Amino acid sequence: MLLETTMTDRTQQKGLSFHWFTSWRMLWRDWRGGELTILAVGLVIAVTSITAVGFFTDRIERGLKQQSAELIGADLVITSGRSDVADYIEDARSHHFQVATTQQFRSIVLGNERPQLVEVKAVTDGYPLRGALRISETAFGVDEATTGIPASGNIWVEARLLQLLDLDVGDEVSLGTTTFNIRKVLRYEPDRAGDMFSVAPRVLMNRSDVDATGLISTGALVNYRVLISGPRSSIDSYQTAIRHSLRPGEQILTVEEGRPELNTALERAQQFLGLAALISVLLAGVAVATVAYRFTYRHLDTSAMLRCLGASQQTIIQLFTLEMLWLSLLASSVGCILGLLTQFVITELLDQLVLAQLPPPSFKALFLGYATGIVMLTGFAIPPLLSLRRVPPLRVLRKDVSANPVGGWVVYLAVVICMAVLLYWQIGNLELVTTVLGGIIATLLVLALAAYVLILVLNGLRGQVGVAWRFGLANISRRPASSVIQIVAFGLGIMVMLLLSTVRSDLLNDWQRSLPDDAPNHFVINVQPDQVEGISDYFNQRGVSNTKLYPMVRARLMEINGKPARTSDYASERAKHMITREFNLSWAEQMQVDNTLVEGSWWSRDDFGTPLLSLESSLAKTLHLQMNDVLGFDINGTVIDFTITSLRSVDWDTFNINFFTVVPPGVLEDKPANWVTSVYLDAEQRQQLGELVRLFPNITLIDVDIIMQRVRGIMDRVTLAVEFIFLFTILAGLAVLYAAIQANQDERRFENAVLRTLGARKKTLVLGLIAEFATLGALSGLLAGLSATTLAWLLAEIIFKFEYHFDITVALTGVLSGTLIVVIAGMLGTHSVLTHPPVETLRERTA
Amino acid sequence: MLTILDDINFRVGAGTSVAILGASGSGKTTLLGLLAGLDTPTHGEVIIDGRNLNDFDEDGRAQIRAELVGFVFQNFQLLYGLTALENVMLPLELAQAPHARKSAEELLDRVGLGERIQHYPNQLSGGEQQRCAIARAFATRPRCLFADEPTGNLDSETGKRIIDLLFELNIEQGTTLIMATHDVQLSQLCKQMIHLDSGRLVEHATGNNHD
Repeated sequence: MLLETTMTDRTQQKGLSFHWFTSWRMLWRDWRGGELTILAVGLVIAVTSITAVGFFTDRIERGLKQQSAELIGADLVITSGRSDVADYIEDARSHHFQVATTQQFRSIVLGNERPQLVEVKAVTDGYPLRGALRISETAFGVDEATTGIPASGNIWVEARLLQLLDLDVGDEVSLGTTTFNIRKVLRYEPDRAGDMFSVAPRVLMNRSDVDATGLISTGALVNYRVLISGPRSSIDSYQTAIRHSLRPGEQILTVEEGRPELNTALERAQQFLGLAALISVLLAGVAVATVAYRFTYRHLDTSAMLRCLGASQQTIIQLFTLEMLWLSLLASSVGCILGLLTQFVITELLDQLVLAQLPPPSFKALFLGYATGIVMLTGFAIPPLLSLRRVPPLRVLRKDVSANPVGGWVVYLAVVICMAVLLYWQIGNLELVTTVLGGIIATLLVLALAAYVLILVLNGLRGQVGVAWRFGLANISRRPASSVIQIVAFGLGIMVMLLLSTVRSDLLNDWQRSLPDDAPNHFVINVQPDQVEGISDYFNQRGVSNTKLYPMVRARLMEINGKPARTSDYASERAKHMITREFNLSWAEQMQVDNTLVEGSWWSRDDFGTPLLSLESSLAKTLHLQMNDVLGFDINGTVIDFTITSLRSVDWDTFNINFFTVVPPGVLEDKPANWVTSVYLDAEQRQQLGELVRLFPNITLIDVDIIMQRVRGIMDRVTLAVEFIFLFTILAGLAVLYAAIQANQDERRFENAVLRTLGARKKTLVLGLIAEFATLGALSGLLAGLSATTLAWLLAEIIFKFEYHFDITVALTGVLSGTLIVVIAGMLGTHSVLTHPPVETLRERTA
Repeated sequence: MLTILDDINFRVGAGTSVAILGASGSGKTTLLGLLAGLDTPTHGEVIIDGRNLNDFDEDGRAQIRAELVGFVFQNFQLLYGLTALENVMLPLELAQAPHARKSAEELLDRVGLGERIQHYPNQLSGGEQQRCAIARAFATRPRCLFADEPTGNLDSETGKRIIDLLFELNIEQGTTLIMATHDVQLSQLCKQMIHLDSGRLVEHATGNNHD
């Protein structure tokens, strides 16, 4: 360093190029000394986690943009809940556009005597107009693109259906009243991509076969789509023209808007994964700040010498800043490469849940990576380094003369500002940034306080333990700030992991446990009025008593108190959705037993025939509706005004059939209705469902257990991917641990030398370290376990509203895993402390 | 290879006191380290109480230190995370001595720190720290006590009181005292003097008796 110093002075005038060169050499020397390893590791962890998420979400974002036409299967799509879309078809054809149509609905397929819920899509020639279907001859055979659609009498099915019903290509199944031959395996539908919550396998059939199946009866839930494509300019003007002629319940999908639900999902995923990565960045930042502080301390002499030889404050700060810049560039490069590799793992874990074909990674995330590296160093490492420029030259003679170190508050302020900048960058919404930042700081403070209390409690036990444990515990309580940071940093990672696994398994299990044993496990929908008695008898004969079927009439909310109901009047997504969706109006004499009247009164016999309305209370709140408000519903072309006379709360968890909107008898009986019911079927009754479907081919059966399995499967994959991101939080926690070990390395060496001198055996020293790290790890794990359990409990009680069963194994898992990881990592980190000769340490200390 | 100590032979009788004298860099601390088994010589032997330190590995030598040896350092070398009491208890616990706490309390009382046993080193003055270090050194009633410039970091008045205490305990416990110092006056309090110069023994003389 001295050589560089003299060169610095002689060449001070040579300008910045010299600084670049010298700072590079300083980096190289400090690196050799091992001081910068943890700093670099911290940066690499942060950049890797940020870029992994960045690469992944960028690929999806570009995928959605590039494939937006494919994602709607056309250049323009009109979706409708009504069957009379012929006008649109004719109109589009008259404009010389290509047109295809689809009908989508849920139904039951009978194969091998077993019923299976499926999502049917009936298509006309030309479908899809953009993108291509991919099919194969066997379940997992080589797939190829096709321009055709199933011929009449044939269907193409997803491989999942073949597995569920033990079928092969070539077998026959019945759908409604018709028998179909399975001809191909459907491997990819462009306009279904990203639809990860589809619960039932797809059946693709020819539109011309639909009527013969008898499946589409009055009031059945069917989504009709008209797919249109043509020259871009004509499509644009056509779109503007028909937008005004859309009827209620109809919607236009365009290439620009793509699939709004996918865009929203992407935006949420981006924010959530970004936040997950940011937690690792913040922890890694703590490690970086810790190391930078020690780095500063150890470079006081170097700076004093530089100052003594005439280097200006500016030169010193430039040299150290450039050294850090070099380091951040190198570490960010490594982080970017690792981030690229990591995103492949995330993509693999999420398989094809998002999009079947993603574009290759782009350079956008690289920018994000390098920027993260530089911002982190600026925020976390430069503030402590700033004090180096103020080292008085006198220090070369008197070691007790030192620069006033940068005040702790400056460092903390810099950290908070840096966090805010990173958050804003990631989220782009100031209000959310403030909330999240406040949340993070509050959580950290609570964790830190809890950690501090635990340390105090443990310190009280010091008198009751042996020498090794006392020494370990003393080490923890002596550096309370450092210990609290380590416990919190490491605990945070374990907490997130525990919470994710609790949410994934325990919460779902607890919710299922909270349901009564005989809670309905099957829904029967699409029942026609003339089948009500038959269905009821069918279940009664098989020991399923009190099967009650409920009527429902489809209606659309048109007016509220005489004014048109518009989505633009509402801010919340749920409200907008409620305004556009179709309501199912039911009628009943008595209020259902699992409903509770919140306001108003239930109707009496005298009110039968009067258009009154009982509304579910949460819906009323969402749509800002009150008692005596008048709602105009379009029912089959006629608008009827209903007055709200009661508000009810509904326990949806019972799985009984319930409705948001109920009216008195005598109002809707002449409208087209279909009926629904829910029943509990035991294993034996379940075996006989095939017969029900044969008797009533048009009905749709929904098995709750199968849906739950599917939801669980999706949750497993998604949480696995999220856990993978949080793995970096654990790594960042370890970096904090290593940084703290490194910061105290000299002190530890000295203490071990004294203990050695006093006759301590190596075993005692090792035990002391194990005691220290085991305690740190156990405290982290305990804190993590308790916080994860508390958060899970809050989620269950407040958000999901069911009783949560405390599980002691969560805390135990936390304690065990925390102890194990921290002991192993800590012992590896302090290896050199044990091997350093004590006599050398004592001599260095005296010198 | 650099030779730090060369051709040094001497014998120290039980219960006596020896001063190792020499200028900075003469090898005093290195010799003390070798005598205490903190380091091993490339050639030659150190025999304590009939036991040749070369025959033991580091843990074996640690065991010998725990049983026979006490230390007083120039910089006190107290552990800052432990209280005065815990610092004194440390060697007793390492030697698995019974009643460690009681013995430590008695010793701290003996050196005048009875009221400050729960204080941490940074709450004690330099003189108090060194008294605590002396209590720690004598805690196991060592056969042999090594002191490295014990007054080097203290003012002369405090230094004198510390030396008095050191020699008092030395006599009370019949300990062999080996002290490295560059202070000729202090060295004359010892029964023997070993003078080092550039790593060589230049004089082995008898000094004034302290008592």
